[in-house]
This record gives sequence, structure tokens and C-alpha cells, in this order.
Amino acid sequence: MTPRRRTRWLVTGAIVAAVVSAAAGGDAQSEPQRTVEIMKKSFKARGQAGLDRLDQDEAQAACSRRPADGPVPVGVAERIAKTSVASVKFPADGRLMGDWREGEKIAQSGIGMQFSDDPGRVAGGNCYACHELSPRELSFGTIGPSLRAFGKIRGSGPEMQRYVYVKVYNSQAFVACSTMPRFGHKDILSVAQITHLVALLLDPASPVNQ
Amino acid sequence: MKRTTWWTAAVAAGALLALVGLRAQAQQGDAVKEIERYREALAEGNPAELWEARGEELWKTKRGPRQVSLEGCDLGKGSGMVKGVYVTLPRYFADVDRVMDLETRLVHCIVTLQGFTAGEATRQVFGDGAKRSDVEAVVAYVAAESKGAVMDVPTGHPREREAYALGERIFFFRGGSHDFSCASCHSAPGKRIRLQDLPNLTDPKDAQRAYTSWPAYRVSQGELRTMQWRLFDCFRQQRFPALEFGSDASIALTMFLARNANGGVFNAPAIKR
Repeated sequence: MTPRRRTRWLVTGAIVAAVVSAAAGGDAQSEPQRTVEIMKKSFKARGQAGLDRLDQDEAQAACSRRPADGPVPVGVAERIAKTSVASVKFPADGRLMGDWREGEKIAQSGIGMQFSDDPGRVAGGNCYACHELSPRELSFGTIGPSLRAFGKIRGSGPEMQRYVYVKVYNSQAFVACSTMPRFGHKDILSVAQITHLVALLLDPASPVNQ
Repeated sequence: MKRTTWWTAAVAAGALLALVGLRAQAQQGDAVKEIERYREALAEGNPAELWEARGEELWKTKRGPRQVSLEGCDLGKGSGMVKGVYVTLPRYFADVDRVMDLETRLVHCIVTLQGFTAGEATRQVFGDGAKRSDVEAVVAYVAAESKGAVMDVPTGHPREREAYALGERIFFFRGGSHDFSCASCHSAPGKRIRLQDLPNLTDPKDAQRAYTSWPAYRVSQGELRTMQWRLFDCFRQQRFPALEFGSDASIALTMFLARNANGGVFNAPAIKR
């Protein structure tokens, strides 16, 4: 093949490939887009929950997977984790361990972000809805793993503090498409509130570690 | 009289204290068993029957500007047929070229047959104490007429398959402040929120058990609730905006859940906490 001919073949091949992938990509994208459009017509803004709650960010869109879609592609998962880590804001004074007593209150409170909630009230983390924490609380859910004796088992040094802080701030920093909400990233909990949850999990005096 | 009241109060308080004490001691397994016993006790006298009776009357009474009953309403098996229709809904209705669930179809009949406006028909879709919902009552009546029937929701029509596929996408759609989808809570076996058991709606057996127990009388609310209400309230807790009654998303999601329950024996109106 002459170099010129070869170039022509390559160019033609590239165009065909681009057209085919655009068509395939178009098909793959149109269904999720159509779903959002129908949902926006099917919901009404109420209270603090506007229709923008249905606008998915990259992680939400990538993590909306039916069984037929299979797991999130490795490259996408890595990108989500990377951008999630980058999104984390730390307390100005650098202290990650707050007050476990405040943490326990935050873990108990399910207030926040529902259209039936008073937006003026401080939101909670509702941790007990999904996790076992203090042995005194028998009414705990099981969607997430048990966090009983969390600090006792793993220690409460700076590395652990950072891990818990980042996990609560943006759960997808470690596992893309984690079921857990991104409490800091989505402004559900404040930086100070998250430090109290770090203490609830790690402080040796916390009931979680008794 | 006063004495009796005092004694009743004292006994009730004692029982309550005993219960609280018991609960504090109870291990997880016992708590679940207690809840099971509570549910069984509830099922013996289900107030849903009051809704069913009122619904039957609403179905058979001549009402609205045109002064006709709902007996001319075609719920999919011909005019006036209510026996066994609930287990075949949602389905495609050619006259409106749309997939409808029972609630939407009823509103359609109230408007087209009886001559009420759409606004009048949907003014009180969910009951609220003294403000009773006619739609909930008729749903209770029609659903009860399917007790013992096997779930058999069709997907023969392309529009039914389309609704099912859309419903599946909505089920797995993550959004809102908390990134929740229906699947966040309902796609793994044996999970709970606090002490509340969660059905795994991707498992046929669980899906059947859950879907065939709605509509239901909710003791905590003193109201009979329909599937439209169930979805509305799930989305509220999901931190989504308010699901519109009879919207395309609500029907598609119902289609997905109902179809996944095919083969299950219908057993509602049920009674729940």
C-alpha cells in the first residue's frame, strides 16, 4: 500500500468508527435522558425539594445501573473516586475529632432534606437507620455494615480519623457508587458535624467503643 | 365510673411500663418476633373493610353532573367488571392509548362517565382525617375483589413493555441530596431501616409478598393507602420532589413492581403498622 493510500484508508476507517460509536453512544444516552425528562414531568417541586434534585451529577448517572448494565466500568469508578477525594473540605483548624455526644445526636436524627422537613432545622445523619453503632441503641438498620466498636478495633490515630472524615464527607472517595450518602459533598452535614461523627466512631470514650 | 377510669389508666400504665421494660431487655430476635405477633393481632380486625364498603357504595351510586354510577367503567375486563381486575393492572388501554394503573383509570372514569372535572376527581387523592378520599375507597373495594387471585400483569403490548422498561430505570435512578434510588433500600435480601424490614424488590418472592399487600390500612395514620401513596411517600423519604398522582413515572414504576410480582397470590387490602 502506498503511504497516501494508507492514509486514505485510515481516515475512512476513523470516520466510520466515529459515526458508528456516535450512533451507539446516542442510543445508549437517549434512554437515560428520556427517563429524566419523563421524571421531571412526573414530579413537582415541593418545599425544599426542587426539580433540580432530578438532575444527576456524573456519579449519580454512572451509578444508576440496572442488573443488565453490569458494574460501573473501572475507568469511570476510578474517576469518580478521584474527583470525590478532591471534593473533600477539611476543618480550618485541622482537628478532625469533635465531640462524640454531639455525634450521637447527629447519628440519631433523621431530620433533613425531605420536602416535609422544616428547612430551618439542622439536618442529622440518621446513621442508625442503616448502621449499628452504640450498643445502647437496639433500633438500628442493616443496610450498611455494623460500626460497633469501630475505633476499638481499628484504633483512633490520625490516619483513621482522616479515613472516617473523608468517608462521611464523600463516601464515594473510597468506593464509587457506594450506597451511603455523600454528607459533606451534598451539604447535608457541616464540617463541624462530621468531626462529631468521627468522634462518635473513634473516641475511646464514645459508647460505640464500650 | 371515675374509679373504673382510674383503674383502667393504672392498668394501662402498668402494662406500658412492663412493655417498655420488656423492650429494653429484648434482644433483636425477640423484637422482631414481637412485631410479627403485633401484625397478626392487627390482621384480625382490619378497618380497611370500612373503606371497601364505602368504595362499593361509591362505585354503585349515581353521581356527578351526569348522574351515572361507575358500573360503566371498563377496568380492563369489560364495563363494570371488578372481579380479578386489580391483579391485571397496570395495563394498556386502547381507548386512551396509554398504560394506566387502577387509580388513574378510576379518575379517567370519574371524569369521562360521571362528568366531574379532572380537578374535582383528584382534589383528595389521599385521605387526611376528616377529608376523606373517594379514590382510596374505590381502590379498596376494587382491590378486595381480587383477593385470592394470582398476579397476572400483562406485557404483551409494546406500550406495556415500554412502561416496564421505564419503571426499571426509575427504580435504579439515583438522585437528590442523598443519592438514593429505590434500589438503595430494596435490592438486597434481609435488610432493615431501624427495625423495619425492607422487601428486596428484585427478588421474585419478596416482590410478590410486598406488592400483594397493597393497598393497606396504615394503623399509624388511620388511613387506607394505595400504591400511588406508597410510591409518593417512598420518594419523599428518598429526598425527591413530590411524585404527581397518576404521572407517567408513577405508572411505569407500578408496572415494574406489579409485573415483578406476577405469580403471587393477591392478599390486600392488608393492615400494616
